[in-house]
Amino acid sequence: MSKSINIVESTVVPINIENIDTDQIIPARFLKATSRDGFGKNLFRDWRFENDDENNPKKDFVLNNPTFKGKVLVAAKNFGCGSSREHAAWAIKDYGFDVVVSSFFADIFKNNALNNFLLPVTVSEDFLQQIFDAVQKDADTEIEVNLENQYIRIVSTGAQESFDINSYKKTCLLNGYDDIDYLLSMKGEIEAFETKKN
Amino acid sequence: MAKTLFDKIWEKHVVKNIEGGPSVFYIDTHFIHEVTSPQAFKGLEKRGLQVFRPKQVVATADHNVPTLNQHLPIKEELSRLQVQTLQDNCKKFGIELYGLGHPYQGIVHVIGPELGITQPGMTIVCGDSHTSTHGAFGTIAFGIGTSEVEMVLATQCLMQSKPKLMRINVDGELNKGVVSKDIILYIISKISASGATGYAVEYAGSAIRNLSMEARMTICNMSIEMGARCGMIAPDQTTFDYIKGREFAPKGDAWDNAVAEWQTLYSDADAKFDVELNIKAEDIEPMITYGTNPGMGIGVTGHIPALTEIDEKEKVSYQKSLNYMGLEPGADIKGRKVDYVFIGSCTNSRIEDLRMVASFVKGKKKADDVEVWVVPGSKQVEKQAIEEGINKIFEEAGFILRQPGCSACLGMNEDKIPAGKYCISTSNRNFEGRQGPNARTFLASPLTAAVAAVTGKVGDVREFI
Ligand code: SF4
Repeated sequence: MSKSINIVESTVVPINIENIDTDQIIPARFLKATSRDGFGKNLFRDWRFENDDENNPKKDFVLNNPTFKGKVLVAAKNFGCGSSREHAAWAIKDYGFDVVVSSFFADIFKNNALNNFLLPVTVSEDFLQQIFDAVQKDADTEIEVNLENQYIRIVSTGAQESFDINSYKKTCLLNGYDDIDYLLSMKGEIEAFETKKN
Repeated sequence: MAKTLFDKIWEKHVVKNIEGGPSVFYIDTHFIHEVTSPQAFKGLEKRGLQVFRPKQVVATADHNVPTLNQHLPIKEELSRLQVQTLQDNCKKFGIELYGLGHPYQGIVHVIGPELGITQPGMTIVCGDSHTSTHGAFGTIAFGIGTSEVEMVLATQCLMQSKPKLMRINVDGELNKGVVSKDIILYIISKISASGATGYAVEYAGSAIRNLSMEARMTICNMSIEMGARCGMIAPDQTTFDYIKGREFAPKGDAWDNAVAEWQTLYSDADAKFDVELNIKAEDIEPMITYGTNPGMGIGVTGHIPALTEIDEKEKVSYQKSLNYMGLEPGADIKGRKVDYVFIGSCTNSRIEDLRMVASFVKGKKKADDVEVWVVPGSKQVEKQAIEEGINKIFEEAGFILRQPGCSACLGMNEDKIPAGKYCISTSNRNFEGRQGPNARTFLASPLTAAVAAVTGKVGDVREFI
């Protein structure tokens, strides 16, 4: 897993569907693994294959359309709702995405993505539509995502929007730090807190 | 300054606030299960760490266990390995495990409350989104991902940003045949599957106060289905009566002290919420979902929205959803054929749910072309159902009472609904493929599910009682 993230410039894979839940991203029957690896091949499994058959891809699903590729996944609002399974973030990352763009993310998914150096970028409904339109017109449309300066840009049109991220998380992502590293450095304070609390 | 229930618990658990970022947030109780924990333990080992507070972690096997013949080794190899891995990890790290065969085994959100582990004022997490269930006791309880499971195992803390606060007041008398599942399905249908994202939700009002603890759990359970970080209800005498005498409840003086402290856990009269919603209990009908997210719910006598009632931008997703369900826009839902009935899951598998179904089906038979699975939430629920003779009623009706687990709620074990079939389910998610590839789910209350079991159709329970 690549740690740290800053500038991503790439073509995009658009899925203009709302409320994409984590059961679609990675169905429950693939959660039996005890490691974090290899979930990418089952990403959107039931949207990708007819009758669970890898030799029978569904032609109208975007991941099966060679016209669309890239490191940026773009989806309609309320992406990642439902189950807390981090496997969803692992699958998206493992498939090769570094950024997910939507107008709205479910809470737990967002945390899971950030913990895996997969950057969730929340844009306005209007900007999201501009991306879908641009990609529909030209599948080679590139998107630039700049974490340091907190903006996302459609390269061909120059349309740009800034996005929010809290400064702590931003530092973690830019430098490849985990929350757990930080929490471990807090052990003394946590113990002191416990003593006081009890 | 006036404080909300959430504020009171939150403030007691902040170890440190970070400038421009989240807080270091202390977790009292951490539940784990076989599916979302193995990678967390692996992470710990890779870093050479121990579990920081093993006594504050409780484990069970639920998601991936069979619900028939639990005394036999698990047939499916990967499932067996996952359950075995949990056992090994618990042993190695000194964590109490209520695994298969243990009298306390069951769905994680059923056993925590039933054992008295869940207590007011606590912070509780689990690698499962329905951890919000525990909020019914006046706790801050929420689901986390596996990286966060690892953090809590390692430090008993998480990095958390304080959510915004919403209060939903449900006042008045419920109509006959309307139960707590209908209340929450109604709320979600009003505010949508993302309507509470970023919020902690407190449920209040006379209709909520009048509910039993188990009914309150059903409501808090589904908070996540509208995107809420957590759901909660202020503890009261109903809460204390439920907890008293349970296995891990405080005893003697400790009990009195605990109750005195719990009685301070409520939102002050003039506490401010970012959003407040008011709902009239009288407006709620028995509810059912017709689509592929829990926000797509209607009263059983209602119709599936016509395309003209749908926002232009949402039409593609809407049509996709109805295609999946094999339903027509504008059609009635009542009278639709049902193939399977699933009564179970952490939403509705407690003893009161089973009693509710039993009292409806007593002396009746299931419809010939329907298969009915009843899956108790825990070993204790199963035991009690047998003691009360509920299993006999089910047997006579032609239902199968299975053994505890998540079962067809997520179809991870062999309990899957076949492709294209319709299942009326008391669980919490109607997502595409949730109950099995191409399975079609109608979410409803145990009563509405019971009606379908005996008639083979979606029906209105009010016509039967
Ligand atoms: S019963 Fe369903 S929702 Fe509840 S914990 Fe199990 S899988 Fe999750």
